[in-house]
Amino acid sequence: MAAVQIALPLPVLPEGWSGERDFKAIEHLSHATDRNIEPVGPHFLAHARRKRHKRTFSEDDRIQAQVNVKKVEDDDSGEISEPEDPLMLQREAKDWKGQDHYAVLGLSKYRYRATEDQIKRAHRKKVLKHHPDKKAAAGGTEDDQFFKCIQKATEILLDPAKRRQYDSVDEGANVEPPTKKETQKGNFYKLWGKVFDSEARFSKVQPVPKLGNENSTKAEVEHFYNFWYNFDSWRSFEYLDEDVPDDNENRDQKRHVERKNQNARRKKKTEDTARLRKLVDDALALDERIRKFKQQEHAQRNKKRLDKEAEQKRLAEEAAKTKEEEARLKAEKEAAEKAEKLESKKAKEAAKNAAKKNKRVVRGSVKEANYFHSAGDVPAAQIDFALNDVDLIITKVDNEELAALTSKLSSKKDPGEIKQIFQEEVKRLVGAGKLKEGETKSLSA
Amino acid sequence: MSEEIDSAQRVAIGISFGNSYSSIAFTTSEGKAEVIANEEGDRQIPSILSYVDGEELQGTQAKAQFVRNAKNTVAYFRDFLGQEFKSIDPTPCHQSAHPVQHESTIAFKIRDTAEEAENTITVSEITTRHLKRLKNSASEYLGKKVNAAVITVPTNFSDAQKTALSKAAKEAGIEVLQFINEPVAAVLAYDARPEAKLADKIILVADLGGTRSDVAVIASRGGIYTILATVHDYEVSGFKLDQVLMDHFAKEYMKKHKSGGDPRENDRSSAKLKLESEAVKKALSIGTSANFSVESLANGLDFTATINRTRYDLLASKHFAAYARLVTHAVEKAQLDPLDISEIILAGGNSHTPKVASALRSAFPDSTTILAPSTSPTSINPSELSVRGAAIQASLIQRFELEDIEQSTHPMVTVTPHLSHAVGVLCISGEESSGVFHAIVDAETPLPVRRSAIIATPREGGDVLIKLCEGAGHIKVTKPEPKPKKEKEEKDSDDDDESEEEEEELREKTWKVGKVLAEAALKGVKKGAKVEVQISISASLDVNCIFREVGGKGGVRGLLAGPKLVQNGSA
Ligand SMILES: Nc1ncnc2c1ncn2[C@@H]1O[C@H](COP(=O)(O)OP(=O)(O)OP(=O)(O)O)[C@@H](O)[C@H]1O
Repeated sequence: MAAVQIALPLPVLPEGWSGERDFKAIEHLSHATDRNIEPVGPHFLAHARRKRHKRTFSEDDRIQAQVNVKKVEDDDSGEISEPEDPLMLQREAKDWKGQDHYAVLGLSKYRYRATEDQIKRAHRKKVLKHHPDKKAAAGGTEDDQFFKCIQKATEILLDPAKRRQYDSVDEGANVEPPTKKETQKGNFYKLWGKVFDSEARFSKVQPVPKLGNENSTKAEVEHFYNFWYNFDSWRSFEYLDEDVPDDNENRDQKRHVERKNQNARRKKKTEDTARLRKLVDDALALDERIRKFKQQEHAQRNKKRLDKEAEQKRLAEEAAKTKEEEARLKAEKEAAEKAEKLESKKAKEAAKNAAKKNKRVVRGSVKEANYFHSAGDVPAAQIDFALNDVDLIITKVDNEELAALTSKLSSKKDPGEIKQIFQEEVKRLVGAGKLKEGETKSLSA
Repeated sequence: MSEEIDSAQRVAIGISFGNSYSSIAFTTSEGKAEVIANEEGDRQIPSILSYVDGEELQGTQAKAQFVRNAKNTVAYFRDFLGQEFKSIDPTPCHQSAHPVQHESTIAFKIRDTAEEAENTITVSEITTRHLKRLKNSASEYLGKKVNAAVITVPTNFSDAQKTALSKAAKEAGIEVLQFINEPVAAVLAYDARPEAKLADKIILVADLGGTRSDVAVIASRGGIYTILATVHDYEVSGFKLDQVLMDHFAKEYMKKHKSGGDPRENDRSSAKLKLESEAVKKALSIGTSANFSVESLANGLDFTATINRTRYDLLASKHFAAYARLVTHAVEKAQLDPLDISEIILAGGNSHTPKVASALRSAFPDSTTILAPSTSPTSINPSELSVRGAAIQASLIQRFELEDIEQSTHPMVTVTPHLSHAVGVLCISGEESSGVFHAIVDAETPLPVRRSAIIATPREGGDVLIKLCEGAGHIKVTKPEPKPKKEKEEKDSDDDDESEEEEEELREKTWKVGKVLAEAALKGVKKGAKVEVQISISASLDVNCIFREVGGKGGVRGLLAGPKLVQNGSA
């Protein structure tokens, strides 16, 4: 054998890899399968030469060697066997339409589930038994009627299209839905499961969802019923057609029968759709899970309602509380404001009084300062001027400035000092733009 | 065994002995198998004997007797050998002598002498007579007396059947050197061609004969063959294809001759219909149309008609489809996927039919080679595959003593452990960080085995890791991106529904990495060098490996011991 060529590169040796003499055995090979190799061809002869090694093998060796050999050929024995109904054996081939093809082949248990392979094996088995030559040998008649039934059954079941037509109307495969009473004995899943499993054979869409059990989820159950309410069935009814006359003469008659068949097929199909629909309706009506889910839903809805009411109550309470709080805050605020007002009124009054007092002090200090007259008796005009000027100053200052001026003036007896304080005040006011230069007549420097 | 022929005196041929046809072949001194034509010039000789006034007719001449002398014509009897009456299907003998129970065996009641009286001739005796005729034809052709043969049999031929056939052959003066399985003979016929290359592959042999069809899935490993699965079928057959044409022409006949009656309901007419239908079927394998022409088909009325191949393909389409299903079923039975099948060898007469090949062509991926006349110019005549294989095997063993052959085919020699998983190495590839498995020895390889591989190294060379693993075949299925549907509907709304067919999914064969068996390090590999890995696996599953740089010195050796035997099975 030529070496295998591998173009993909080997990986780089990972850091830290170690093995004794650069080799590390890890796991054994999996067990091998004993098989027979074919004793054919030049390479086998070379193998045989090596393996025999001039030994001679015995019959015992043969048995020993074959113990575990994997078999390739099937045993045809057994597997498909069921008793043959004597009435069935008397059937006439011409009545093939009415025969149970699966029963004829001994496949009643399998029906639409029978594989192609099973049908072929079953057929062969029946042929070996019922071939007319076999009957003749057994001293029977040359009756080949049942043999023909076998051939017909096989012809239909091995033709995928014909088999579908037959399976469509195979009564033997039908599972009748249980009655309400039967169901209510408490075997819903088992009884109805079988019905749906059987109906599922007609579905174009495979696999078909299963009925499930009491633990199925709501989504699963909904999916199940949705599937069955939208069932896409390949079931058809041409197998039950009336025979169409084969001759060319009677064209009208032929067309008439064909039309009749078409209508019959359509009618049966409609009936079948309705039948299935009712079946699903019935199952749905009896399905405890539906009630369970409804209850759950109801409970949930109830819970929702209660929750909602509680929430509303809570909200109302909350609103009332807020309102109360607000009122309280408002009252507090009002009280505070009132107090404050009172306070400020008092303060104002006090300030007023203080200002009055201060004014008096200020005015008094004018007299003290001899009406800003240098010395001696003061002319009346000077008195007027001085008093006017002081009043002017008082009108130009606020209470604080007045207080400041008052404190500067208090206990000052020296007229010069007092005059200077006034002059500074005038200067400050002129600087602040509240007085004009020279507006005060008595205090100009 | 006083009469045993000295092996030096042997003249051995290959024989394929079918229910419908037999063939004889020998191997030339250049080692080439050649199929022998009998005196009538036939290479496919109908396995039929007929007696007319004590004269024995065989082959094509005997077949012609279906019409006039059906009762004294014996056909389709091979599968009856070595069987009890209760386990045979007499159906194919419907139009010839019927099998009857005779003591513990099967016989035919025929007038095989000039006398009026019927004789009971056992199936063994009939076989002997048939083989004698074959032997004589071969002897005549070779100019020396043939006295030994390798005979092909179906894979489900029981020991009792082989014993009966061996005895019947001996009576005919033929020593059966070995029975070999028909599908394996077909593989050998291909592998014996000088241009054939030894490769590990899975081959499927699909044999569509006259009365049955047989499928075998065979692992071919270094020229050694192991059958992995077989199916046998008696429903899909050449007979059924003939029947399609019989029904067709019978209906055509009745259309033309309204009062001519149904030719299928009269034995003679039916025999004529069948013979001509088979001839038409064969003609349609080469031509695109064929003529049906029978003198006095029924009620003295001649009938001629033409049919083209397309019509035939259509009429028989359900049989072709059933055949394709059967072949696919064999692949399933071998627990394989169509992608695992490298080659399909079409064998048996009906494999000449182009539609048989094309039905399989569409059931298998493009990676599967289909070896049939209509798909491959280098294919071998499917009717001759068995007999060629038999002739080659005969030439290989004809100088062996019988005892030697028996010992060489003893289960102690043939029963062999086969690897249950492929063994290979992990390589690096772009997308898979964990490494990609590459097989060096495939699953189902018989042990002991030695295989080697040459593997690339990283671009810069350096130290590399060799991870020896088991791998299991795995089919990766990629669903196609669903096409935007709206657009499609708008555009092709008035087209036929071809565009609505589902896009085919993409299936690829990949590997799943299994057990890691061993690791080895090769250090300082040169830039651009390659690494050779040699694996030898013994029958007890010891693995001996050698890893070395190609052209370099030294290397690493390792031994991985086999698992301890759990049972006291073979080692
Ligand atoms: N050229 C051809 N084209 C189509 N069919 C053919 C051709 N040649 C032979 N056959 C058909 O092949 C069948 C015979 O196949 P084969 O030679 O393999 O016979 P066999 O091995 O004896 O078969 P079996 O044992 O199943 O009866 C017959 O049905 C025959 O009509």
